[in-house]
Amino acid sequence: MENSESPQRFLTAAAAGLAGCRACGTANPGGARACTCCGSPLAAADPASLQRVWAWLAAGLIAYVPANVYPMLRTTTFGRTSENTLIGGIAELFSHGSYGVALIVFFASIVIPVAKFLAIAYLAVSVRRPAALGSHGRLMLYEVVEFIGRWSMIDVFVVAILTALVQLDFAAAIAPGIAAVSFAMSVAFTMLAAQSFDPRLIWNAESENLNDHA
Amino acid sequence: MHTDQLIACPTCDVLNRDQDVKPRTVARCARCGTVLAAPKSGAMTRIAMLSLTALILLAAAAGFPFLELRAQGLSHQASVLDAVLAFSSGPMAPLSLATGLLIVLLPAARYCALIYTLAPMALGWHPAPHAATAYRWAERLKPWAMAEIFIIGVAVALVKVSGLARVGLGPAFWAFAALLVVTILTDNAICRLTVWKTLRARSAS
Repeated sequence: MENSESPQRFLTAAAAGLAGCRACGTANPGGARACTCCGSPLAAADPASLQRVWAWLAAGLIAYVPANVYPMLRTTTFGRTSENTLIGGIAELFSHGSYGVALIVFFASIVIPVAKFLAIAYLAVSVRRPAALGSHGRLMLYEVVEFIGRWSMIDVFVVAILTALVQLDFAAAIAPGIAAVSFAMSVAFTMLAAQSFDPRLIWNAESENLNDHA
Repeated sequence: MHTDQLIACPTCDVLNRDQDVKPRTVARCARCGTVLAAPKSGAMTRIAMLSLTALILLAAAAGFPFLELRAQGLSHQASVLDAVLAFSSGPMAPLSLATGLLIVLLPAARYCALIYTLAPMALGWHPAPHAATAYRWAERLKPWAMAEIFIIGVAVALVKVSGLARVGLGPAFWAFAALLVVTILTDNAICRLTVWKTLRARSAS
């Protein structure tokens, strides 16, 4: 790590008795409650804020269970109704030979949500415990989670479009399944979990560990 | 040193000295590498114009026919509004509201806020009243404005039905495709801290 030689040369706003704004970067006088430049509420990096991260993450995880168990789509063709779950839909795309699209949906609805749960949990745990991944690595992980999280919403939009489009009376009709709701909630809750995580905690843990060793 | 000359890094809280940055160069936080300033000449004008373009495209995308499905002599047209209302019956109605917010209303609100904040600055005027509040909301709405994710969802849905029926693309489809490009261009042009710095300098003078 390039910063490991002399970590003491970095002075944080909090250490200098100032309150840094996370929206606009203004160094406000210490104890200020709202930023003088942009009006955003100011709060010091506090490990207690991780409770909010864990709460949103748990909500996202709970909502993810029915999203996988219940049907996402209900397709009626000539009077016969079939129900498709998330995984069932991917398997069908795969068996039709649309490997590229199957892969996109597989990533958006299975790989990314699960990886996101693990990544947020890892970030929250590593604030209090020494982590294998350095601060720069964890910051990158946080930025990837923030960037990629919203793309999981693709699945909900696919269901909305299919329902709106495939309405050919008797020949073919598609209706949404209840899993669409729980999937949308799961994505929204994990986005809130990622937004509740304060990236300044990544670095606070580092300086505390260094003080312990000194 | 006065605190006006310091920037507290939004990501890691380290104090950096606020230096004058030449256009097309980038100032980064000394510890975590977060971009602190990336001034580009004419960025304010570009963001305001791109936001206006996006707003027009969004209006076109919501109004014009979107997709048409033809099979066995039957045809069905769907607009973006139909996609929003897809969940409107029964217990899934709140999801309809959420979809409408995510793909039309929140992106529109974000672009309006960007134009409101940046157009007066592009023209060299003083910031409009409550410009700071408007810009703060534009930044907060950013992750929830999902128009560009919607168009990828459309692409996936098209592949799913292509075996079942023929699909015709309406003008709204192309408006959304163009919106995807404009959204990416806008997001690349915005440097959050530079906008705040300009807002602060203009309101003070």
